[in-house]
Amino acid sequence: MSKHTFSIGGVHPHDNKISRECALEPLPIAPVVYIGVSQHIGAPSVPCVAVGDKVKVGQVIAEPGGFVGAFIHSSVSGTVKSIAPRADLAGRATTHIEIAVEGDEWLEGIDTSDTLITAIPDDAKAIVEKIRLGGVVGLGGATFPTHVKLSPPPGSKCERVIINGCECEPYLTSDFRTLLEKGEQVVVGAALLQKAMGGVPCTIAIEENKPEAIAHIREVIAKLGYKDMDVMVMKMMYPQGGEKQLIDAVMHRQVGSGALPISVGAVVQNVATALAVYEAVQKNKPVIDNSVTVTGECFPRQANLIVRVGTPLQDIIDYLGGIPADAVKIISGGPMMGRAVANLQAATVKGTGALLFLTEKQTRRAPETNCIRCGKCADACPMGLEPFLLNKLSKAADWEACEANAAQDCIECGCCLYSCPAQIPLLDNIRVGKGFVLSAIRARAAAAKAAAEAAKK
Amino acid sequence: MSKLLVSPSPHIHSKDSTKSLMLDVVIALIPAVICSVVFYGWQELLVLGVSVASCVLLEWAITKYMLKAPSTIGDLSAVITGILLALNVPYTTPWWVIFIGAVVAIGVAKMTFGGIGQNIWNPALVGRVFLLVSFPTYMTTWNAPKGLFGADAVSGPTPLGAIQEGLMKGSTVQELTSAYDYKDLLFANLGGSAGEVCALALLAGFVYLCIRKVIKPWITLSIFATVAVTSLIFWGIHPARFTDPLFNLLTGGLILGACFMATDYVTSPMSVKGGIVFGIGIGFLTMMIRYFGSYPEGVSFAILIMNSVVPLLNMWFKQKKFGRK
Repeated sequence: MSKHTFSIGGVHPHDNKISRECALEPLPIAPVVYIGVSQHIGAPSVPCVAVGDKVKVGQVIAEPGGFVGAFIHSSVSGTVKSIAPRADLAGRATTHIEIAVEGDEWLEGIDTSDTLITAIPDDAKAIVEKIRLGGVVGLGGATFPTHVKLSPPPGSKCERVIINGCECEPYLTSDFRTLLEKGEQVVVGAALLQKAMGGVPCTIAIEENKPEAIAHIREVIAKLGYKDMDVMVMKMMYPQGGEKQLIDAVMHRQVGSGALPISVGAVVQNVATALAVYEAVQKNKPVIDNSVTVTGECFPRQANLIVRVGTPLQDIIDYLGGIPADAVKIISGGPMMGRAVANLQAATVKGTGALLFLTEKQTRRAPETNCIRCGKCADACPMGLEPFLLNKLSKAADWEACEANAAQDCIECGCCLYSCPAQIPLLDNIRVGKGFVLSAIRARAAAAKAAAEAAKK
Repeated sequence: MSKLLVSPSPHIHSKDSTKSLMLDVVIALIPAVICSVVFYGWQELLVLGVSVASCVLLEWAITKYMLKAPSTIGDLSAVITGILLALNVPYTTPWWVIFIGAVVAIGVAKMTFGGIGQNIWNPALVGRVFLLVSFPTYMTTWNAPKGLFGADAVSGPTPLGAIQEGLMKGSTVQELTSAYDYKDLLFANLGGSAGEVCALALLAGFVYLCIRKVIKPWITLSIFATVAVTSLIFWGIHPARFTDPLFNLLTGGLILGACFMATDYVTSPMSVKGGIVFGIGIGFLTMMIRYFGSYPEGVSFAILIMNSVVPLLNMWFKQKKFGRK
């Protein structure tokens, strides 16, 4: 088996896929759900229901706030209790729609049967529109609205659709379970994305640590007989599933600084997104649930749950038996890029892929010591940056030098901090520099635009 | 659990720490240490003991009483400096000379610059060169090893020193090198610093460090290649005046320097390209000093000179950034 990987850097954290044998199981619906209006990158959605309204599963409850925006659907049936600010996973107050659950009544027109629909519609535009109406966003974690990704700007052309099944973050297994248990749907979703992009070839990229999924998806592709679709076995290497890294690995093309994947002819969609595309297009089912890996060595019961969007974390944890005594950190997502949860009352969003429990020993950072100039951070950086240098420049608040040394290219994968023997908080500091550089770049672009408009007048 | 810990990602860390990397270097040096003790006997053990103890104690005392900072001896870097200093002097060096070397290595070359990671020059080499310049008799007169299994001691200069002396007296290189069996050089050096006693032991340590991914092989290989090519050219042109490549590779602490001194993280370039240029510089300067300089062995000076240009090499040779020209 030949293995593919990206060309610069990367690290090998232990993959710890301890929940890999746990089949997907639906979580009982919580008594109350809180559905946020800001579950994606772009403008927050605008609520279109009022307090006291009765809603059904799959009904639109918030509309896009702009082109880069997404529909939000009710994940339950019941009564809207409030529309008010509430702390999200990071502890920030954002508008949530509170729904008290009554039964489980679905909107008419949603196909809730298990029948696999393999016929691909002819109209590419209709497919993209259905994806938009289904509120599909990138479920790999970035939550970028999928229909926007599928609408390339004029002049750019998609040459290949890549389905990202790398799941390179340690611990996470929800994509793996989805590939195993819903492989047919994922493959049909991939075929729909192929069609939406004009019949381009499609590569389903899966890391070598998931041999069952690789074999299963190969079988499914052969069985369903879609053309120009193949499985590529990827080397186990973090961040293999990073968008730019994956395109480099699959197509040997590097997306430039600040550019989008489409600039090199690539469209990348996660496995969970492909499933959501299948459900939205073939079954009229919008994104109302997603699979969440609940795991950690200290966690008594590993699980891969199908969770309705807006379920408070506490309900998930209670269902699985509560928080273990020695857990000190709960992470939404994987251990490399996930966010530490500040608040257990917070509700899941479309992009919530995992809840990881870590003990103090697993997650405690040792005290920082002097840089020994070993260069391990630079070797690990998949963007070819020099984290030791950016760290110093950020600390010195030299934003111009940060930009000259490409702080804006940082993808925040965490490889530098992970590999630093001196435990220097490299990424913590580089994030600050990156933030300042990006705002400077945006300010320049805005000024240039304003100047151009002034010149026109 | 009452409180949730919240901090930025990543939430896990590799097992590497400064201490674990330094421990690997200590492990890699063990074969060379054992060989030196076996060949030179209890006197070498004393040299090693004095050197390591002085380096560690000095660093501890300086952090505690002068810098009033937390002690850094736990990272084991002072132990490495101590071992390397000991392996870089003849086993006959008096203990007080070694102590002075440790003062210069740790006190001047390392702690004055701010401790580990901050120094420009390799501390052990600065200590060694200070001793070489200050106490040339102790540092260049070599006594034939008595060893644990003891033969009689004979005193004489190091092989490179003997050749330089011989050339000045009008002998040819062929006559002079015929006195040495190269196999002896590989397994048991005929003279010089204690650490050079067994090339194979040093190379075993180097291979260990590469396998453990503590260091990358490029700097070392680039030094070897440059020394080989440079001496091949000179030797090819004038074999009576210039020593041959194999002799140059096996003598004068080249293997010790290339494997353990030039690969020091702190004082070598960050990038692979920079490392290769760094190695070429060391190899070339070594050969120039050996062939044309007044010191018979050039590795220490060559490494220290190249240490000085590391900041420039770091600036000039960067790895390619993703998606950029």
